[in-house]
Amino acid sequence: MQLALFIIFGLLAVAGAINFLLQRHPINSALSLIVVMMSLAVLYWSLGAEFLAAAQVIVYSGAVMVLFVFVVMLLNAGEEERTHGSRAAYFAGIPGATAIFCLLSFVFLTNGKAFGSTDLINHLTHTTNNIAEISQVLFRDLLLPFEVTSVLILVAILGAVVLARKEQ
Amino acid sequence: MTVPISYYLVLAAVLFSIGVASFLIKRNIITIFMSIELMLNAVNLTFVAFAHMWHQITGQIFVFFVMVVAAAEAAVGLAIIIAIFRTRRTLNVDQVNLLKN
Repeated sequence: MQLALFIIFGLLAVAGAINFLLQRHPINSALSLIVVMMSLAVLYWSLGAEFLAAAQVIVYSGAVMVLFVFVVMLLNAGEEERTHGSRAAYFAGIPGATAIFCLLSFVFLTNGKAFGSTDLINHLTHTTNNIAEISQVLFRDLLLPFEVTSVLILVAILGAVVLARKEQ
Repeated sequence: MTVPISYYLVLAAVLFSIGVASFLIKRNIITIFMSIELMLNAVNLTFVAFAHMWHQITGQIFVFFVMVVAAAEAAVGLAIIIAIFRTRRTLNVDQVNLLKN
């Protein structure tokens, strides 16, 4: 069952990413990126990270991508045109990305035995739940970094307001 | 049926490479920014897979912090994009070339 989940949502993620690459219009790219993020949320859940699956849906597909879609509509972005610079990028980009992929998958697949495999059923029948474990680490051991992130978010909000404000 | 962890890692490698390719190919500044988000998501998947492999919660905490930083980065980056659009009237990165000549 977990293999079926992995195949379905892995293929959906890859299809969404390829569609993201091929679409010319930014709004189509944004929508296919949302598909990738939702299927990644299912994969997080299948790895026993329920909290991150929920956070992925809420933060990424809910907040970040809505921000992107808003900016695309606010700036009235049309289809991108292919220029001379992008033709040069084709010849550098496709082989480079393929080389990265081949290297990474070679390393992962040759060491595949050492990584082991998932055991979702064992994970789901475990007594402790994922959110309790995360909250213990986050609110006890890592309380100071967690609070510092709130300052980071505040600085980001102030920076965004200052940058996007109309100059007098 | 269990799934080998290496399959998850290969899937993350696929997504990361597509992110790299679209970062280099796309000419629209918003889409370039979205491909950075795609690469961050791919790396998050490897973090979760390794956290599952070692039965450690720390990898998931790391993903949480990456999400927080990515959200902050998206807010600031989109504000910069709006500022660039206001001054240059374009979203094409080839036309933002003041420093080139």
